[in-house]
Amino acid sequence: MGTQLRHHLLASTTKRDLASVAPLLLLSGCGTLSSGFLLHPAGPVAHAERHVAVLVGLVLIFVWLPVFLLVPLFAWHYRSANTKAAYRPQWGFSWILEVLIWLPPTGIVVLLAAFLIHYTIVLDPYRPLAPNDPPLEIQVVALDWKWLFLYPAQHIATVNELVVPAGQPVHFDLTSGTVMQSLLMPRLAGQIYAMDGMRTQLNFQIAHAGSYYGENTQYNGDGFASDKFVIQALSPEAFAKWISQAQASPAVLDDRGYQELSKQSVLKAPQEFGHFKSDLFSRILAQRITPGYLAQHHESGNHG
Amino acid sequence: MDSGLLWHFLFGRFVWGDLPVVKAWQDPTVSNVIAGGAGVIAVLGALSAAALITYLRAWRYLWTEWFTSLDHKKIGIMYICLAIVMMARGVIEAMLMRLQQDLAVNAPGILSPDHFAQFFSTHGTIMIFFVAMPLISGLINFAMPLQIGARDVAFPFLNSVGLWLSIGGAGLVMVSLVIGEFSTGGWSGYPPYTELAFNGGEGPDYWIWALTMSSLSAMLTGINFAVTIYKLRCPGMQWMRLPLFTWTSLCTAILMIFAMPPLTVATLLLAADRYLGMHFFTNDAGGNMMNYVNLFWLFGHPEVYILILPSFGIFSEVVSTFSSKQLYGYTSLVVATMVIAILSFTVWLHHFFTMGQSAAINSFFGIATMLIGIPTGVKIYNWAWTMFRGRVRYTAPMLFTISFMITFVIGGVSGIILATPSLDYMVHNTLFLVAHFHNMLIPGTLYGLMAGCQYWFPKAFGFRLAEKWGRIAVFFWVVGFYCAFMPLYVLGAAGAPRRTVEFTDPTFRPWLFIALCGALLIFAGFASLAMQVWSSYRQRASLTCPVGDPWDGRGLEWSIPAPAPEYNFATIPQVARRDAFYWRKLNDGAYKPADHYRDIEMPKNSACGVLFGLGLAIAFFGLVWHIWWMVAVFGLIAVIAGLARSFMRDLHEIIPAAKIEEEHRDWLAIAGAATAVPRVLEESPINEGLAICPE
Repeated sequence: MGTQLRHHLLASTTKRDLASVAPLLLLSGCGTLSSGFLLHPAGPVAHAERHVAVLVGLVLIFVWLPVFLLVPLFAWHYRSANTKAAYRPQWGFSWILEVLIWLPPTGIVVLLAAFLIHYTIVLDPYRPLAPNDPPLEIQVVALDWKWLFLYPAQHIATVNELVVPAGQPVHFDLTSGTVMQSLLMPRLAGQIYAMDGMRTQLNFQIAHAGSYYGENTQYNGDGFASDKFVIQALSPEAFAKWISQAQASPAVLDDRGYQELSKQSVLKAPQEFGHFKSDLFSRILAQRITPGYLAQHHESGNHG
Repeated sequence: MDSGLLWHFLFGRFVWGDLPVVKAWQDPTVSNVIAGGAGVIAVLGALSAAALITYLRAWRYLWTEWFTSLDHKKIGIMYICLAIVMMARGVIEAMLMRLQQDLAVNAPGILSPDHFAQFFSTHGTIMIFFVAMPLISGLINFAMPLQIGARDVAFPFLNSVGLWLSIGGAGLVMVSLVIGEFSTGGWSGYPPYTELAFNGGEGPDYWIWALTMSSLSAMLTGINFAVTIYKLRCPGMQWMRLPLFTWTSLCTAILMIFAMPPLTVATLLLAADRYLGMHFFTNDAGGNMMNYVNLFWLFGHPEVYILILPSFGIFSEVVSTFSSKQLYGYTSLVVATMVIAILSFTVWLHHFFTMGQSAAINSFFGIATMLIGIPTGVKIYNWAWTMFRGRVRYTAPMLFTISFMITFVIGGVSGIILATPSLDYMVHNTLFLVAHFHNMLIPGTLYGLMAGCQYWFPKAFGFRLAEKWGRIAVFFWVVGFYCAFMPLYVLGAAGAPRRTVEFTDPTFRPWLFIALCGALLIFAGFASLAMQVWSSYRQRASLTCPVGDPWDGRGLEWSIPAPAPEYNFATIPQVARRDAFYWRKLNDGAYKPADHYRDIEMPKNSACGVLFGLGLAIAFFGLVWHIWWMVAVFGLIAVIAGLARSFMRDLHEIIPAAKIEEEHRDWLAIAGAATAVPRVLEESPINEGLAICPE
């Protein structure tokens, strides 16, 4: 990759935006983990994930605690200097112990497996959160090194900025216009791969208005560290207002615009488009638009 | 022919600007200077090693005694030397990556994104394929035939081929430091990122060919080990009398046979995409990278158990020996090992729960993954109960084992978390995952392999390693591990992605700093091991143990001199029960001359393996740079070397019975004159390898 791109990376304001969010999180008083789902889950999916984590964590105490107790105890008590301790060099089997060794781990795994099946079904990213509450549909295209969000019903598109109403379920259709990427929103929901020519899905909801962030976690080249987006959850009224503002934007995302956008680059600031052709996502999915990275490599003539 | 064409014919797509040194000269950023400096250090290292060998006039000795040797013990030792050299690079890379991330919180740090990506790609590739795998092949090669009373492995020449394929692959990774760049696609090299459309340079090609060589080496080695254990056990060595390390070696060998080919296929299909314009894994023309991901992890998950099972075997030997006690629950351990080996093929999908398959599929693979926790947990308890009513000696291998048992459980716990698909969605691809697999591979694999090296070192070289530096090494490795990887669990749970050159959250800083300190401590651990070998070599006269049983060992490997003779056993032993040598010592049957000595037939040296491995490596180097004459010439050399071997008739040499009898009686005389030592004097100079048994 060219050195120019690296300069772009350093100049990235997207990261500065995120950096300004971070001290706020610090002020909220919970340190590092507050940017994750464990301390600060911010929606029903993340809350459920935390619930699973606590549940599994409690069961796992029975996995590590006996080892933490037995191993140091035996290693210390039966040290060679302690000649008072019993010594049975030719003892190596006991049915009672065998039962104690095999059965409890099996029981723990059976218990965990029951949890696992239940929560894997409940938290299946494809499963609608509320069947009676129609979600906001958003189409997501992973690009190098940015995220494109298409709002098909609203006909608007944003890049590196996801704006959703708080309290309403959101449904993502994802694909990639480049290499495979993985979408994670640490306080909200995660992770699902976005792959070229394929469609994956993700359902989530944000409980309260506020700022969050999402990111790609699958390495995709020089701009990977900047491959993040800001999430704004707005009240329904504020969201409606934002929609009409965005629709008023004269910028239009057409095929040429998409090709330009899908070139490898790090954006200085999020972008908004007031309009896009409604079949854009399906044509990206069907690989009907030549991706920008190919044009880019033809132009520059380099292969790196 | 104009000069451009001539250049292209001679050097392919190589241009001077591909040299990191030239790049550093033209654009002296810190990152480029580090890259150029590393290249210079690699060249200087190789040159000074060559100069030293020349100065010592050791080329002929190395060639005849080592490089061309088909002796399983020497091949094993060479594997381990390879691993140590590569580990030095892997550990240094780890330190630089930790330094980069520590500096790069809202700052660029010292490494460019592209350079950082090469670091994590080479670090992973080296540590898995050129440190852990050679250590495993090396230790099994060295110890397993001794444990089953064999004179060599079943196919000594194939063994040499495997070694030189590994050395060739490692050579390719090292050359990438000096000429051009390595892949930036990580150790798993997922397409389409590693396809021509995104990475047209030489990096992914270096990675493809290095892995191809390593995977071929491991598969051939696996076949060799499995056949050796099936066919070459000494009389009486029934299945349920096999030492545990041999059992785990067998399971590992079977895993190697079945798990390595998917990797070879995956890398070759990717090569077909890149060289022949095919579309197996490309975005366009019907390619599908999901096929690669499945193939890769069809190899990748059994690989985890290839890495860990031999260590489980070593822990079993070590805990029993250094507790002076029979292994608890031998049958349980054997069953658990086999169960793990079988289950390891049923869990590969847990590496990509996030690829969009149904909840039912994710549940199946999640539960299959958790099932592996049962036999693994059983093993931990087996080792704990082996210490119960034993006499535990805190030697370095035993300290590694105890640290392993506790630390490994933490990794098991995080493994259960990752095996739960709904939780995996939140921590997949984050530093939590990085913490987890290091938590399995450092205590699980490395501690075991380091313990194994220390445990069998006297059998290879005839003197013990001094315990002092060994214990210091354990301290650094254990404290270093906790400092380096516990913070990553926290960061990963907070959503910090892996493989990122820069962070934006300032609250990550303290954690990253602790992790950096941990990496430095681990380096201190690595240096302490080097110090241990060096200081032990200096005082080897007081550590010598020619009688060969310095730890009051239990298996056949301890019943022969140290260092072990070329033919291993003067007469093939007979085995009547498990822990054969322990019972022989107990029943006063050890150190007895044989009734009758016979001529022994041993394989002669062969240069064909060296030529095959290195020829292939150079041909692959030609492929990386599109230097087609090099591909043709050296590919042909490799093929001819392989073919030539099959026409050779005079492959063995006879060691006469008289010589064997003389050597054996000399050794028995040494044993007769040696003082039998109790375990309290194990570390004193009077321990010449003759144990009081039973105490």
